[in-house]
Amino acid sequence: MTRPPDGPSPLLLDMRDIQKRFAGIPALVDASLSVRSGEVHALIGQNGAGKSTLIKVLTGYHRKDAGQVLFEGKPFEVHSPHQAQVNGISTIYQEINLVPLRSVTENICLGREKRRYGLLDWNAMHAEAERLLSRFSIGIDVRRPLGEFNTATQQMVAIARAIGFSARLVIMDEPTSSLDEREVGALFSVIRQLKAEGVSLIFVSHKLDELYEVCDQVTIMRDGRTVRSAAMEEIGKLELVAAMLGRDVAAVEGHATAFGERDRSRIGHMMFSARGLRAGQAVRDVSFNLRRGEIAGFAGLLGAGRTETARLVFGADRANAGEMTMEGAAYNPQSPADGIVAGMGFCTEDRKSEGIVPEMTVAENLTLALLPKISRNGVLDEQRQREVVERFIRELGIKCSGPHQKVRELSGGNQQKVLLARWLAMNPKLLILDEPTRGIDVGAKGEIQRLIRGLADQGLGVLMISSELEEIIEGADRIFVLRDGVSVTELQAADANEEKVLTAMAHGASASSEAAA
Amino acid sequence: MTELPRSYADRDAVARSFDLFGFLSRYGTVIALVLLVAFNLAFTRNFATMQTLNVNLTQVCTIVVVAVGMTLVIATGGIDLSVGSLMAISGALAPMIFLGKILPIGSIYLSVAAAMIMSVLVAGLLGLFNGWLVARFRIQPIVATLVLFIAGRGIAQVMTNGNLQTFRVPEFQWIGLARPLDIPAQVIIMAVIVAAAAWVLKKTLFGRCVLAVGGNERASELAGIAVSRIKLAVYGISGLCAGLAGLIVIAINSSSDANLVGLGMELDAIAAVAVGGTLLSGGKATIVGTLLGALTIQLVRYTLLANGVPDAAALVVKAGIIALAVWLQQQHRG
Repeated sequence: MTRPPDGPSPLLLDMRDIQKRFAGIPALVDASLSVRSGEVHALIGQNGAGKSTLIKVLTGYHRKDAGQVLFEGKPFEVHSPHQAQVNGISTIYQEINLVPLRSVTENICLGREKRRYGLLDWNAMHAEAERLLSRFSIGIDVRRPLGEFNTATQQMVAIARAIGFSARLVIMDEPTSSLDEREVGALFSVIRQLKAEGVSLIFVSHKLDELYEVCDQVTIMRDGRTVRSAAMEEIGKLELVAAMLGRDVAAVEGHATAFGERDRSRIGHMMFSARGLRAGQAVRDVSFNLRRGEIAGFAGLLGAGRTETARLVFGADRANAGEMTMEGAAYNPQSPADGIVAGMGFCTEDRKSEGIVPEMTVAENLTLALLPKISRNGVLDEQRQREVVERFIRELGIKCSGPHQKVRELSGGNQQKVLLARWLAMNPKLLILDEPTRGIDVGAKGEIQRLIRGLADQGLGVLMISSELEEIIEGADRIFVLRDGVSVTELQAADANEEKVLTAMAHGASASSEAAA
Repeated sequence: MTELPRSYADRDAVARSFDLFGFLSRYGTVIALVLLVAFNLAFTRNFATMQTLNVNLTQVCTIVVVAVGMTLVIATGGIDLSVGSLMAISGALAPMIFLGKILPIGSIYLSVAAAMIMSVLVAGLLGLFNGWLVARFRIQPIVATLVLFIAGRGIAQVMTNGNLQTFRVPEFQWIGLARPLDIPAQVIIMAVIVAAAAWVLKKTLFGRCVLAVGGNERASELAGIAVSRIKLAVYGISGLCAGLAGLIVIAINSSSDANLVGLGMELDAIAAVAVGGTLLSGGKATIVGTLLGALTIQLVRYTLLANGVPDAAALVVKAGIIALAVWLQQQHRG
């Protein structure tokens, strides 16, 4: 367990050229990850970069298609997370996957209970649990149910459980997302202690400051590949973000999107404003505003609070603090219905779980928000429904066999068009588009971008969230950069470029721009 | 993490080849019903008579009425276990009113009207209570309705001190005994309720919202649908249906026994809904299917009894049919 006095410590884990496909779709193309003993290793990447898949391959949840895994110098192949745990690799997930109603002891000893004469030896197990927790200076009553303790303590219990399996490698998947600052501090001191004991950690997080505080080494993934691996002190935040998004810090020539040039003189009066929005840990201080006919872009890393802010604006969640105005009047939505009444629409980023109703037809999905307007005394006006549906299928070029095809049979791009049509049919003033082109093919992507542009030209205010930098830079008239739940920068399209946006995403406010009011 | 779209080519190939499971899950109930009738025509003596038809229809009526409400609840992704107990409450309350035990009302017509309206309304309110637990506190429907499943029958027994109430009040009992145009009154009631519910589900804003909530609750909420109100409403309607069914049962029996009215009804109703082809996870429902499902289960039981198979064995067959129907649904969906 001790480090050799000189030189780098030996490789504990060495994953090389890992490949994994799901039903023909590559999730890991060429992924590698090397972790030394006693090292805290950051694993970062955008959504869909392959981090989780790589970890699940390591812990036996998925089986790799090709590649090699060496653990402690020997080939390592397990078929279940439990087997991985027994072999010294423990994983702690974002949601604590323990049993809240059972005691702390039971949770720590679950799967390796101590027995005596064939019966459970509770005294020995309680003692063991107390011993493990005392290593982190936690003195709690291990006989009480786990659920009685706060999240941070539960997380410590999860870690204690991991160590109890004499883990050589602990994987933490976004461990800090539900912790407050003080709890994060406690977690980091545990991490440092583990490190001192020679245990290695893989730390998955989107919070850059945390990575710099606690990690020694970083591996960056993108599109199923490992694109960079470096010592933490050798790589700057800007470089890190650029590598994650696949950008050169140097500017990119030409246009990558179909938004085209805009005549910004047509942008009208101020329509919506939000000041000091706050909700939970995700949104801490967001201010922005939007004019008629303007496309405002939200840029930021995963977890920056973009979607959470959009949900507050629409009324899907409620703000704890801050004020909003819509068309000059105070606006304080309690539910999506309030947002709709105020003239808003919201296209979710999660098409599948909160967008489409899969068992329903194209027509039924398209008119879901419009229902009250196409019914008279509670009875649906089928004639009007047909007119609306046929018009939007034609105008948006939705490819389907007809209004009565099940929406789940459509391609992602066409499902997205149905959702867009759901809101356009309402004739909204402000449309919130959360990742409008995620997961759809290039052709449909261009069509949707041109459509958004056309709608703004007609006077619609659009709030667009996108993780694709070119979409934000070329599509938006103004860009608001969010970082850790705070709107740090506002950039005008005219003087926005990738470097400025990336800088703001990585460091917060930059000298060259004014902070959002 | 990554979405896994199956390639369209694969899916088209599947669609072009004959989809046996899809066909069976869509028309299986009708086929079963036709086969049963054919079998009976061939083997059961005196099957093709009005009397047989009436016996089967009158027996199935209460199940269908309750199952219609249950279909709406299940369409939202819920379930209502309390229907049998609500029948007992409504069945206990009505005679207490029209026999003048609570307050004397001079006119028998007035007191019967008050009895019917009050008892159905009380059942409806208790249904709203179920909906309130489900919508407001997000309690799982199976647990929320278990409360009244257990307590409801107890309440009915306390109301009547556990006594059997017998009566002979034609002004009330027409609901179970009258035969206008030689059709039993409760069959007419059933037909009206089935037709109305089928229309509501297909043609109205409310029906569309019910299916949307069951099909994707979060999407419905984001589309501005008042999900809580929809849930309240379906449980309320289920309570009303149960209340009405309770009246029919006591009218037929000329007596009300809080121990027995509606006993096991929740399972019969759920079975009818499942066999009828409504998706138990919500989002897809058919009222006519529920009617056919109830008729199929009834006819199976009748067929077995008429051919000398004991009732106990008939229960096993009933269970087998339900298992088969649910399995077919699963095949079609997977």
